[in-house]
Amino acid sequence: MYRYDEFDAGMVEDRVAQFRGQVARRLSGEITELQFKPLRLMNGVYLQMHAYMLRVCIPYGQLSSRQMHRLADIARDYDKGYGHFTTRQNIQYNWIALRDIPDALAALAEVEMHANQTSGNCIRNTTSDQFAGAAADEIEDPRPWCEIIRQWSTFHPEFSYLPRKFKIAVTAAPADRAAIRLHDIGLQMKGNGAGEAGFEVFVGGGQGRTPHVAPSIRDWVSKADLLSYLEAVMRVYNRHGRRDNKYKARIKILVAELGSDEFRREVEAEYAAQGPSEKVRVPQAEIDRISAYFAPPAFRTLPAASETLAAARAADPVLDRWARVNLHPHKEPGYASVTISLKATGIAPGDATEAQMRAVADLARDYSFDDLRVTHEQNLVLPHVALDDLPAVHAGLKAAGLATANAGLVSDIICCPGLDYCNLANARSIPLAEDIQRAFEGEDRQEEIGELKIKISGCINACGHHHAGHIGILGVDRKGEEYYQISLGGRGDEKAAIGAIAGPGLKQEDVPAALERVVARYKSLRSGPKERFIDTLERLGHEPFKEALYAAD
Amino acid sequence: MPLIRNGERIGEDAWSFIPDGEPVPATGCVTVTLARFRETRDTLLTRNTMVGVRLLPEDDPHELADHLGRIALIEVTFPRFADGRGYSQAQLLRRRLGYAGELRAVGDVLRDQALHMIRSGFDALELANADEAGLAEALAEFRHVYQSDATGSVPVFQRRHGGGS
Repeated sequence: MYRYDEFDAGMVEDRVAQFRGQVARRLSGEITELQFKPLRLMNGVYLQMHAYMLRVCIPYGQLSSRQMHRLADIARDYDKGYGHFTTRQNIQYNWIALRDIPDALAALAEVEMHANQTSGNCIRNTTSDQFAGAAADEIEDPRPWCEIIRQWSTFHPEFSYLPRKFKIAVTAAPADRAAIRLHDIGLQMKGNGAGEAGFEVFVGGGQGRTPHVAPSIRDWVSKADLLSYLEAVMRVYNRHGRRDNKYKARIKILVAELGSDEFRREVEAEYAAQGPSEKVRVPQAEIDRISAYFAPPAFRTLPAASETLAAARAADPVLDRWARVNLHPHKEPGYASVTISLKATGIAPGDATEAQMRAVADLARDYSFDDLRVTHEQNLVLPHVALDDLPAVHAGLKAAGLATANAGLVSDIICCPGLDYCNLANARSIPLAEDIQRAFEGEDRQEEIGELKIKISGCINACGHHHAGHIGILGVDRKGEEYYQISLGGRGDEKAAIGAIAGPGLKQEDVPAALERVVARYKSLRSGPKERFIDTLERLGHEPFKEALYAAD
Repeated sequence: MPLIRNGERIGEDAWSFIPDGEPVPATGCVTVTLARFRETRDTLLTRNTMVGVRLLPEDDPHELADHLGRIALIEVTFPRFADGRGYSQAQLLRRRLGYAGELRAVGDVLRDQALHMIRSGFDALELANADEAGLAEALAEFRHVYQSDATGSVPVFQRRHGGGS
């Protein structure tokens, strides 16, 4: 993974010192809360319902063992012994004191981490495929480009006071695991037909109260031109994005109001007008330097199948199920990527305790080349595990309470913090996630249902990605009572779509049974056990499922 | 509200802004809105003294492209510090259009945005909450930058490979 040099290290040290000064000037009253707010936000500090919240950046979701231990230290020293992994591949601490934050940031800087631009109207953490560098289906590793974008977007002099926040996602696999078309900019790495890899550029996707799937605005841009092209997009947005209404300020609204053709024309005109001195050129030596950090680790030459694993699976049905459900194919024979579910029933989705973070950190060190990932579905990943080592990894996870075999299944729910933490929320989301997990209890039953992505947001801001849920659930407040609106058919993959609202909202206690009816209907209609919920829905349309949803006695 | 140009405090500002509707005096350095500049450009440019233009965030700096040699001051307005359009206007004026006169940030101009403003091409700031010492501190907060900018900074991408100093 990428390691800081003196420049990167100097950058985060200077940032910590700057923020210490800003906190001091705020405490002395030299600057007002209004003036301080964007400064603290750009250092990841929110004011929530009960306390300040610190959101720490995990660039494109990658961590080393040492970094994960430091995140555990912060959970222990400054929080209540746990942290919350987010849909932006970051981690949040919900109980941190403002006075401790500069020290926490300094502790992060020691392990080459920061909280820069995890909030505020600037370019946020660039996200990517959690299996980057490991997935069998990617054309090349997208992480060097994520890192190049990270550096270019850090403290950008022109693009730090945008109309609204700005999120970029990059994938290099045809199967989109990074939901790129639901981002402000989505970059799909692909070839140009002449053997050169570059990027297709999607602009103007997003969720929130006005969800949009990003249209493609450029079929291909070369690596050499990527940052110059991104600057053109950013400048059109910075100059013309709406600033009169924060709910219409995201780039998706600009793209929708102009139409993608006119938006494309404006970007192309800006891009064509760039003079040589305005181009953002990353020297080839620098691209090579950054790419070298992402060189594949020293994989052993292994047979494609592991007898050790086969024997262990035959002897242990629990291991066997976990290996069926939580593994992802690796590009290297004899290896797999492991999804560590943070969705055990009764635990807030994405939460991990200090001890769990340490257990995962040690497993990454011992069995995954010191590499681990955070997924946008709020799970963790050990990207490079030898099949022979899977029984030991499973045993380690089991001991830490992290061996839940539900990756991609009905209980692997994305969920925002909701009304339990967030002062934007209209409704609770964590307790509903638990109710649904309990309704579908039974690992056999869940595996039999197969892939089904349920996503819950406690308000219209859609942090729980309900628009992209095969079944999406949105909490709404109706005259002081919490209701839940169900949508069907959303997806964040390469066939990205916004779910369609099925009908009137349901009370919390009625949601689990309603979903059970929908799932029963799916099972009765699917063409076979391999046809996923989303495929059956696509084949038959929403009507049968809507009917089941409201078919209560 | 100290006016600081190239790091130095300007005691007596020679310029005055003339709002639309008020008569432009025959002498003295004046700044007018882009709208007035557009309408009365020929008269303004034949005055004996210098003319300046004040841009609003929505104004397009390209409108000034053909007249930049005869404009001595451009003021860019920040109605709220969180409105970042002025950074793009400054970058366009300096790096695309080659404007070399004074570029002044006016409005809600604060110490904590000053570094971004200077890097975007402003050489003068009407700073609401800091003096020249505070500004100098703000500008020294970072040793390195990741981007090239209007001041000729050498970005880290290049410095790692022997570019710049």
